[in-house]
Amino acid sequence: MYMIDWFWGLAGGLLIGSGSAIYLLGTGRIAGISGIAAGVLRGERGMAAPGFLIGLVLGALVFALVSGPPSIGLTPSLPLLTVAGLLVGFATQLGNGCTSGHGVCGLSRLSRRSLAATAVFMVTAAATVFITRHLIGG
Amino acid sequence: MNRFIIGLVAGLIFGLGLALSDMVDPDRVLSFLDIAGAWDPTLGFVMGGALVPMALAWRIYWNRQTPTGTLALPPAGSIDSSLLAGAALFGTGWGLAGLCPGPAIALIGIMAAGNFSFSFGLVVFLGAMALGMTIHQRVAVPGVP
Repeated sequence: MYMIDWFWGLAGGLLIGSGSAIYLLGTGRIAGISGIAAGVLRGERGMAAPGFLIGLVLGALVFALVSGPPSIGLTPSLPLLTVAGLLVGFATQLGNGCTSGHGVCGLSRLSRRSLAATAVFMVTAAATVFITRHLIGG
Repeated sequence: MNRFIIGLVAGLIFGLGLALSDMVDPDRVLSFLDIAGAWDPTLGFVMGGALVPMALAWRIYWNRQTPTGTLALPPAGSIDSSLLAGAALFGTGWGLAGLCPGPAIALIGIMAAGNFSFSFGLVVFLGAMALGMTIHQRVAVPGVP
């Protein structure tokens, strides 16, 4: 990592938090993306959630158009991506949240459930990477 | 329509933040999770940065609640087995691909800007994620969130 990445990480984080804050104060809802996406999939009423998802895509699109598309590394095989997608989709519903819902919105209101969830998914994610990269990946 | 605009603006700023911090790149995310490799702490700065405006927003939100007002919050339940199992399985999926829902959806925008190198894998992941959400909805016990 380059030194400057700290700055962009922090700046990007402030934007992520600001977007979540606008969503909370403007709609009274939590900007948990797994919950928003699942609600849209279920066909729930309300226009805030579809608006958020369209904005999320547009935000990345605007950035890529201004600065040029960033290089993206998505190297896992398709079967692995299928398993990962199924797990992420199912488990965020089972556990009521993902990185944004628990990791940002929940932690910032000092929710005990979100603190526990964030600690658990950080540990299992790091353990998974350790196993795939250092034990069987090589 | 008003709420659509609020959602759109919030999502736009969120998506800009994900792209600016480079958290749309699964390899960057995996480098944060790879504590035994060449560890990249950027994601920690992103999360730390995101907590600041949100902590402020919660203060504003709580202050303007009337005593009879209802809070649109998830149930202040206990730390139960579905929370922990869900978090454990989510972390496993996140660690396998380096993708969680926000960056996965935002990557559609990067694809639309002309980088198609990852598009097949992304579509497979997003399809599987939607399927996983639908499966949960089908098997979930009614009444239990």
